Amino acid sequence: MAVVSATVGPGVRVPRRHAQWWLAWRRYKRNKLAVAGAACVAVYLVLGLIGPWVAPQNYAQANFLYANHPPSLRFPFGTDGLGHDMLSQVLWSMRNAIEITFGASLLSFAIGVTLGLWGGLRGGVADMVIMRLVDFMFAIPQFFLSLFLVVAMGRTVWPILLAIGIPGWAQYARLVRGLVLGMRNGEMVEAARAFGASRAHIARRYLLPNVSNSMLVQIAFGIPVDLTVMAGLSVVGLGLRPPLPSFGNMIAQAGANVLGYPWLMYFPAAIFAVILLSFLFVADGLQEALNPRAEDGGRRARRFGFGARGRLF
Amino acid sequence: MADELLSVEDLHVEFERGDSKVYAVNGASFSVGPGETLGIVGESGSGKSVSVLSVMGLLRGSGQVTGGTAMFMGKDLLKLRRRQLEDIRGRDIGMIFQDPMSSLNPTMRIGDQIMEGMLSHQYTSRKGAFNRTLQLLDEVGIPEGKARFRSYPHEFSGGMRQRVMIAMAVACEPQLLIADEPTTALDVTVQTQILVLLRQLQLKGRMGIILITHDFGVATNVCDRIIVMYAGKVMESAPLVDFLARPAHPYTVGLKGSVIEVGTKAHQLRAIPGMATALTEPPRACPFAERCQLAADRCLEELPPLRPLGLGHYVACHRAEEVLAAAGTTVGAQVGGPVGGQVGGQVGGQVAQGVTARA
Repeated sequence: MAVVSATVGPGVRVPRRHAQWWLAWRRYKRNKLAVAGAACVAVYLVLGLIGPWVAPQNYAQANFLYANHPPSLRFPFGTDGLGHDMLSQVLWSMRNAIEITFGASLLSFAIGVTLGLWGGLRGGVADMVIMRLVDFMFAIPQFFLSLFLVVAMGRTVWPILLAIGIPGWAQYARLVRGLVLGMRNGEMVEAARAFGASRAHIARRYLLPNVSNSMLVQIAFGIPVDLTVMAGLSVVGLGLRPPLPSFGNMIAQAGANVLGYPWLMYFPAAIFAVILLSFLFVADGLQEALNPRAEDGGRRARRFGFGARGRLF
Repeated sequence: MADELLSVEDLHVEFERGDSKVYAVNGASFSVGPGETLGIVGESGSGKSVSVLSVMGLLRGSGQVTGGTAMFMGKDLLKLRRRQLEDIRGRDIGMIFQDPMSSLNPTMRIGDQIMEGMLSHQYTSRKGAFNRTLQLLDEVGIPEGKARFRSYPHEFSGGMRQRVMIAMAVACEPQLLIADEPTTALDVTVQTQILVLLRQLQLKGRMGIILITHDFGVATNVCDRIIVMYAGKVMESAPLVDFLARPAHPYTVGLKGSVIEVGTKAHQLRAIPGMATALTEPPRACPFAERCQLAADRCLEELPPLRPLGLGHYVACHRAEEVLAAAGTTVGAQVGGPVGGQVGGQVGGQVAQGVTARA
């Protein structure tokens, strides 16, 4: 019997362990706007986490002596009609926005991925029911459903988180199901079945890790959407109930007298816009870095007037 | 036949395609004993993979088993529930696939993938599975097991990945190993290594092997018995010696005439005209008749049964005796004309006595 010769000799360099993340980071770095966006998002997250401790005042602290005070050293962003320090309001808003949008996105993600995996792998009636539900969700504007849920549940942090998160599951479910359908009859799943893996095991160890890149991108795109929905709720008067601060509240109230007290609009709106764009750039960068072959790379950024890879036109 | 490991009798498999049905397997019977290697050869679409996958409960899409039995360790695999089959798959029956490139999970370290089967079948403890994995990596010829344990599949070549697949398949010491075109996607030099490896593993555990291949060279190198399938039926079933010396079915002869060896010139090849087509109704006559140069009226009217032609040698052909009588003289020339440009059958590639060449 011949000796089986090894295809690799001893002393082979075993490649570094996290090579895939390293490669993804290298692709990500090429997109300068995405890097800038990531920096902004990082600042936003840090400020949001420590904001309530560094804020000069409590968000509910009214000070009528300094109502409608223009920006000054004491009140860098000015004050509103009740004498709230706008800097403190912005910092607290960041905290609320982070809690609500990340929570809502994770909730949508969890529901959507579970249903998508289950339907895609299971097929048959379960799949059909789930996909009809998805169609139903797509037929009704998400914002509209959120409105109903807010009216039903209330206007504090948790109800709004649920109101934004619950209606958002459909796009995750559809995406995951599509990816699962592509893999379900593939050789990897067939091999796993041949080794006796159960359906749940295949979903958990084989399918989920293989869709995680796409999911990460989808969450990154979902967070700015949730931010806009949250602000939109405030604009129609169904966002976080004042005095709980949010960007939407501040912008909506500033709109009442934007000529008289323009700083009430400038600071919150500018910061909100920067946050939104940063998330979009990050999402685009992630899309390119993690799914380099995906077809709509950069399309969303272009919709906002930016060229592919974050170049301005 | 009492000591057979797996014994498949009269297997029927159908696929739904729109309104019509495709009859993929039409009464195939075969069996394999401990320590025996059974080769199943045939063109693409001859039902060789489907018949084995259906036995394992791995049919995809609309495929359905419509008849037959598959006895394995006293149980009919075709009647088991999904859970029971999952228990058997990977523990008592291991399986290797054609394309090791896409069969491994790219997100899991190969060590974890090998361990996984042992853990889900409660074969050993976590510690035991780890040690066995290192041992397996060594057995399948992957050096530096400890370092390789932590590698991801993309860091491996095709041959190495197939070794990993083999390690996974034999991890729980199965009694039967099903290898579905295990060497088709590999370089010829690696092919031989893999075949030798399978043989070594078989000798260790008296494992039965079913080797599905369209490569005659591979089949004749490692198999004890070879069955030739066409249109979902067994055309010929013979021990290796008879298969080599006394092929009795025109299809077998034709397949052997289509084999390309090192140095074969195109005009020496004998291609089988036409190609295997999907059956949309159950065969009533010899399914090979329309491509067979020996076809007589009887062949177009009557389904030839699989009948004995010698010790352990079965053939499904009305004119087998004539094929035998003409053997060694001109049968090859009668069965297929010389190759023009187009080779009809998809049979190609040959391993002759371990020396390999690809067309």
